[in-house]
Amino acid sequence: MTDVTASRPLSERTQLIRKNLRRRHMSETIFRALGLLAIIVALGFVALLFADILRKGVPAFTQSNLHLTATFDPEIIDVGPPPGRIAGQSEAEFRAASLKWQREVAMLNWNKVVEASLRALAPAGYEIAAKDLLTIPETDARHRLREMFVADPSLLGQTVKVDVLASANADNWIKGNIDRSLPDSQQQLKAPARALIDQFVSNGTISMGFAWSLLTNVDSRAAPASSGLLGALVGSLYMMLIVIVLAVPIGVAAAIYLEEFAPKSRLTDFIEVNINNLAAVPSIVFGLLGAAVFINYMHLPISAPLVGGLVLTLMTLPTIIIATRGALLGVSPALRQAALGMGASKTQMVFHHVLPVTFPSILTATIIGVAHALGETAPLLLIGMKAFVASVPATPLDQATALPVQIYLWQGNENRNFFESHTAAAIMVLLVLMIALNGIAIFLRSRLERRA
Amino acid sequence: MNSLIIAALLLVLLGLAYQTGWARGGALATATGTKVHSRPQYHASYVAVWTLVPALIVLLLWAVFGGGITLNFIREQIPADVLAGLDANGLNALVARIHALASGYGVVGEIQPYEAAAGNALRSFQFITFLGVVAAAAVAGLGAMLYARSRITARHRARNAVERVIGFVLFACSAIAILTTAGIVASLLTEAIKFFTFINPLDFFFGTVWAPNNAATGGDYGKYGLLPLLMGTLMITVIAMCVAVPVGLMAAIYLSQYAPRQLRAVAKPIIEILAGIPTIVFGFFALVTVGPFLRDIGAAVGLNINATSALTAGVVMGIMIIPFVSSLSDDILNQVPRTLRDGAYGLGATQSETIRSVLLPAALPGIVGAFLLAVSRAVGETMIVVLAAGNSPVLRGSIFEPVATITVSIVNQLTGDTDFAGPQSLVGFALGLTLFVITLGLNIFALYIVRRFREQYE
Repeated sequence: MTDVTASRPLSERTQLIRKNLRRRHMSETIFRALGLLAIIVALGFVALLFADILRKGVPAFTQSNLHLTATFDPEIIDVGPPPGRIAGQSEAEFRAASLKWQREVAMLNWNKVVEASLRALAPAGYEIAAKDLLTIPETDARHRLREMFVADPSLLGQTVKVDVLASANADNWIKGNIDRSLPDSQQQLKAPARALIDQFVSNGTISMGFAWSLLTNVDSRAAPASSGLLGALVGSLYMMLIVIVLAVPIGVAAAIYLEEFAPKSRLTDFIEVNINNLAAVPSIVFGLLGAAVFINYMHLPISAPLVGGLVLTLMTLPTIIIATRGALLGVSPALRQAALGMGASKTQMVFHHVLPVTFPSILTATIIGVAHALGETAPLLLIGMKAFVASVPATPLDQATALPVQIYLWQGNENRNFFESHTAAAIMVLLVLMIALNGIAIFLRSRLERRA
Repeated sequence: MNSLIIAALLLVLLGLAYQTGWARGGALATATGTKVHSRPQYHASYVAVWTLVPALIVLLLWAVFGGGITLNFIREQIPADVLAGLDANGLNALVARIHALASGYGVVGEIQPYEAAAGNALRSFQFITFLGVVAAAAVAGLGAMLYARSRITARHRARNAVERVIGFVLFACSAIAILTTAGIVASLLTEAIKFFTFINPLDFFFGTVWAPNNAATGGDYGKYGLLPLLMGTLMITVIAMCVAVPVGLMAAIYLSQYAPRQLRAVAKPIIEILAGIPTIVFGFFALVTVGPFLRDIGAAVGLNINATSALTAGVVMGIMIIPFVSSLSDDILNQVPRTLRDGAYGLGATQSETIRSVLLPAALPGIVGAFLLAVSRAVGETMIVVLAAGNSPVLRGSIFEPVATITVSIVNQLTGDTDFAGPQSLVGFALGLTLFVITLGLNIFALYIVRRFREQYE
């Protein structure tokens, strides 16, 4: 009897519990799946982003080259010999004379030289207008020839092999960046030019090569196919140097003061709150500061890497200060007390014992801060680094642009077909630099920490 | 050349002073039987500081006033009748010619006799003043060095003096942080106040039309209503949070509570890569990939979605903020004491029940703080919005239409010319001030919440 009365409610309860448990386990599984889904989504975004940039950027690293055989025909190049140095002539007068000669050379119709060499490569009697023929090589082909002649006037009358880049439109056509089935009216190149390009490709006059120009040339508007990143790379390099030279010593010194020496006072509390807030101020506000103080008030040169470097320094400082403070805080009190116990002064304790231990962390924080500054765009736009600069800056005071700003400028270019992959390639260069910096940071930290 | 000589002078002074101090300090230590207070290198550094500072002050004074003095000298060399006939540009050109003559580079064109005379005079003047400045710096440095040397005795506290200098330098470095904040506030405020002399603040903060007139076209200044921009910022931020918070929070929960160690070791750094990618890259991604993709999806379901819209910018910004939310939430979840969790398990709760009804409520303040920090990041983000939001400062409610934000308008108004005379560019600072106040408020509030949360469990 006790069996019956006890077992019936028990089994009912068990059923209830079982049912309840199933529901609870179900929701457990769902919750867990949601978590996994979130991870997959986040990782998927990373993969998607990198795959997309790679897919778009990799084609830009190969570019079509046109192998010309150019003849420096004396009938076209109708110019006297370059001026020599005359005794008693001042430096300025000699420069004026040779500039005058160079101007005369530049006035010649170099397109005729390019055209003649292209016609020599085309099948005999191929009908194409000179204007359409010249759309095949990059517009700077004539400058290349002219510069060769200026550098070596003895080339007059000779025939030399020259490799020039194919124009951006020709490159699009060859790579298939532009839809080949589009009607004539929507094609950038005329039909005879397109047919000739295909012939050139099949007979090897045009071949694909690694696009060194992307890394060794400066930006160019007139000759988009030859535009490269060198100017931007040098501009970014100057800024990184300024950031390293200024932000690291100042940041580390400030962190040492706040962590080790500062008395607990209102002032140091205020500095602390300040630094924490500065770290979270939007970067564009630093650009406003740069525009108002460095350019409008101090009259530092506009578009200069110096100003960009100063703005990025101010932006990076809080990061370095906070990271260094964290590193100092992590040093074991035993080390400090041992140093003090041996009679070291506080300064000696900090500089001789505490700081060397924190070196790996400070180094890592510095490199990560610099990498972050390398990718920053918005503040640079406000201090005029958006300007088109077609030269490599010789000093940090010259006009320059920076790698991320160059990306910004290129993505806005009208020749979408060509510049979309060019921009993606520039992004790849930027990302490779940043990954390299971060890799160095990780490598150094693991190495130095093992030794310590 | 000149800077090389000056650098050499400073190096020589430094070496001499250090050596002098070292020798003096060392001699004291060996000559007298008494104990010397400081070690020789402190005496050396003490003398070096005393030597370099006066020399640097002399050089600094010349760097500041030298240009004006030289210019005055050149003007005196130019005959009065020539000087009277020159405007500012002509004078500059003439001064440049005289400089070119003095340096021996030569100039184009005929050289006037007075130009040649002025060039010669300038050359000797430059030579003499340079020698004079170098000599003055050297004398000041050496004099101070001798004085410092004479103060070194066995009981002289050189170490304390040097450490005071070090302490001062350290303090000066940390004061730069305050100067930066002061610079930001001062420059934003002064330029914004200038802007408000053109435009009524009420029209700015409550205006519903954003239509600045180009400075070049003349006419009136146009309309500067903040509300369309604020609306755009708000829309994009909300969309970004709708993407970032669920994904980031769930990822943090899974990584900190469920994931096996290997998965955590791989997935966490990969997600954090997103935080290191420059925003311009996200902008490009949004513009060329996400925007067209969303437009095609919209077309498939019959919605008219613009390729550049609040939705595009918001989604991509959300992706950018995921690691921010996830790593902050991860930290906060790890700070919740183990005992709370163990208690819940002891009562028979499943893992997800523990997380939902014990862990998350306990971590809620911290997570709200992280959320606010992420919002402030989204509000201040620039490049994604510049590229992908379409820049259309019109007040409307649809997230499928192009919008403009505060940051986009700052970039639009302030790039190109830096003539800070008209409201067209000054408005950038008023917008910057608005942005600064919004983000500062969010940050302070968020940090306050996070700190309160930490104190609760410490």
